[in-house]
Amino acid sequence: MSDALVTLEGVTKTYSGITALDNVGFTIAAGEAVCLAGENGSGKSTLIKILAGVEQADRGRIAFAGVDQGPLNPRLSAAAGIKVIFQDFSLFPNLSVAENIAFSAEIGEGARLFHKRRVHDLAARTLKRIGVDIPLGVAVETLSVAHKQLVAICRALATEARLIIMDEPTTALTEREVRVLLDIIRRLKADGVAVLFVSHKLAEVLEVCEHVVVLRNGQKVAEGPAHEFDAAILTRHMTGRDVAGTPPVPLPASAPVLMEVSGLNKEGACSDISFTLRAGEVLGVSGLLGSGRTTLAKALFGLVKPDRGTIKLDGKIVPLGDPVAAAEAGIGYVPEDRLTEGLFLTQSILQNVAIGRLDAHGARAGLLDLGAAVSEARDWLGRLSVKTSNPEAPVRSLSGGNQQRVVLARWMARSPRVLILNGPSVGVDVGSKSEIHAIIAGLAAQGLGVIVISDDLPEVLTTCHRVLVMKAGRIVEDIDAVSISETDLAHRLAS
Amino acid sequence: MSIDWTRNETLVALVILAFCVLAALSDPGFLSLATLTDLLRGGIVLGIFAVAAMIVLISGGIDVSFTAVAAFTMYVTAMILNAALPGLPWWGALAMGMAIGACLGAFNGVLIAFFGLPTLIVTLGTMSIFRGVMLTFIGQKQITTLPPGMREFGRMMLVRGENADGSFYSLHGAFLITVLSVVVTWVILHRTMLGRQIFAIGGSEESARRIGINVRAVQFFIYIYVGALAGLAGIIHASMARVANPFDLVGLELSVIAAVVLGGARLAGGHGTLTGTILGVALIVLVRNSLIVLGIPSTWQSVAIGCLILLGTGLPAWQAKRAAARAA
Repeated sequence: MSDALVTLEGVTKTYSGITALDNVGFTIAAGEAVCLAGENGSGKSTLIKILAGVEQADRGRIAFAGVDQGPLNPRLSAAAGIKVIFQDFSLFPNLSVAENIAFSAEIGEGARLFHKRRVHDLAARTLKRIGVDIPLGVAVETLSVAHKQLVAICRALATEARLIIMDEPTTALTEREVRVLLDIIRRLKADGVAVLFVSHKLAEVLEVCEHVVVLRNGQKVAEGPAHEFDAAILTRHMTGRDVAGTPPVPLPASAPVLMEVSGLNKEGACSDISFTLRAGEVLGVSGLLGSGRTTLAKALFGLVKPDRGTIKLDGKIVPLGDPVAAAEAGIGYVPEDRLTEGLFLTQSILQNVAIGRLDAHGARAGLLDLGAAVSEARDWLGRLSVKTSNPEAPVRSLSGGNQQRVVLARWMARSPRVLILNGPSVGVDVGSKSEIHAIIAGLAAQGLGVIVISDDLPEVLTTCHRVLVMKAGRIVEDIDAVSISETDLAHRLAS
Repeated sequence: MSIDWTRNETLVALVILAFCVLAALSDPGFLSLATLTDLLRGGIVLGIFAVAAMIVLISGGIDVSFTAVAAFTMYVTAMILNAALPGLPWWGALAMGMAIGACLGAFNGVLIAFFGLPTLIVTLGTMSIFRGVMLTFIGQKQITTLPPGMREFGRMMLVRGENADGSFYSLHGAFLITVLSVVVTWVILHRTMLGRQIFAIGGSEESARRIGINVRAVQFFIYIYVGALAGLAGIIHASMARVANPFDLVGLELSVIAAVVLGGARLAGGHGTLTGTILGVALIVLVRNSLIVLGIPSTWQSVAIGCLILLGTGLPAWQAKRAAARAA
């Protein structure tokens, strides 16, 4: 096709002998949305970098609007209208919305002086173009994740944009925010702007895409019109195997009540929360962002102190607002944002697991038996099949799925009774996700009570026996997960 | 206009006001032109230093070498002028000071911008090197006879007069140079893309690189500018003191950074205002000069300054934390 906006042919890239991209080719037409799917390590990040000019391909042809390109650099790519919105958005938290939007445009024009009026006008125009209203003067650090993403989109649009590449656009968004994003994408397409979604969580953007390309181990394994793909087919191509979403094993009627929560109340966040959790049960808590699901999770583990209410574990009252007491009582909590709340990123993988057990290995005269702690940690890493060549490496070096397993391993080593998982597979690729789900099922089979807090509905339905729907801080429904479909659940969440 | 109580500026301004009221109550003579000129005089060198320190903080770095740059510059300039160029006028001396300071700053700039070394480590090292080189190879003796240009500058007064009670007051002409430094820095920070890029780098260096900001060039500029300001402050200090003492100034750097932080600049980078910096300097100078008026021994100065820093930086941080907890 000569009228294609971007043409890739036989693009190959190797890093020190490892082939990251192997003979990949596809085209993107103006006004078209393309889905580039692949697990972590499939080569999709490399492809973004090559298109953005950050890395150069070893072999292959790249053409913009039919014109062959030599070696690219970031400035050439940007001049050709290729804009990448990175997963972290690359915004300036301390600067205003207006400045963030206009910054690259001003630099691109080689401006020396800073004209506040011009910057504001440009920002206002761009926001209007996507039909969004965000105050121009506020600092970006005060915005929500969804708004930050919109600012990043506007920054890409502020200069001539022909292709917007979005890296993992939906991982941090709730369903409703994804809707808003999709509407904006439709507007952009109508304007003739092409969009390349790069993600491992793509089912939800399929509806606005014309074309799907799937990468696995650096090779293109599937390509075709979007209507030929659904979540299951995508997953099969991405992983190379069937990852079946089997519902959990039914709970025996005799399962004893493990945890009893009654009248839990936190002013302004959640009110009058009562439920029971039985041994071996996986309980889902779902709700939109701001529904109080995270506050509830934190309250159960004592990170937030409720105003009133009781939490009983095995009939014994757990003190409120005290995470140490909660952990001692046998409650474990895996936070949503494992990077800032769950892991010591620069410390070794082993240390990250062993730290949960220091008290158990520190009994002898207050001295730490590091050897025992480390060998126990090693054992747990093996049992949860954390893939690493070197357990002494910093935990930061692991993929999202493996990081999540490290957090899990830390709690498992403490043999908890109840494990609370907040967003267990956020930022985790499809293959690891199903393995984490298998781990959850395994935990429940051992008689643990598991609480899964998530707005990923397929995840809730494959892992949970029962789902509590939260809205405005209250539990509005208690649903048997086996009897409900995904669309029905989505409807109940949003209505 | 509504008052933003979460801003450091508001807090510092209130503390200054309270301090003045207390001082005026315990000594009616506090509210006089003499006190004012004393305070302004005390803020001349400190003010230039603070502006320099603020730019570095905004860019996400920290510079502790500027006092060593200033001391080195004033000593070497005085020596060169005495030996070779006694006829150079006062503005020539200032220009030479800025040039020497800029060269020393460029040394920091090369290490930070081109070798990517951490700013604190680099400037701790160069602070020691600049000072050591000066004391070992150049000299340790005070230069009591300054070159004519600097002597002339030392005598330049903006205002001079006598109070009703017979005490003298005067304001040195160098005050205008401090004002000029503030104005020039304001223009750079708020009216040029260079200044906005300094803020951007302080906000996120990686993002700055990704959108095509030449981070190295901007950092290189910052350290040269800071060096030039420090050199300027050094010449002013020696001219006003009428002696170039190589042991002066060094040790002041943390008080200066404290004043800037008190004024709302964040050590993490990306934030800082000139208003806040000026208020921070005013408060520190006020504490240094006027605790005695309140009948508090001068040894308490550092305790008072320490408390102010904890209060001035801790209170907004605590408020922000509470606001975040409410929002969650």
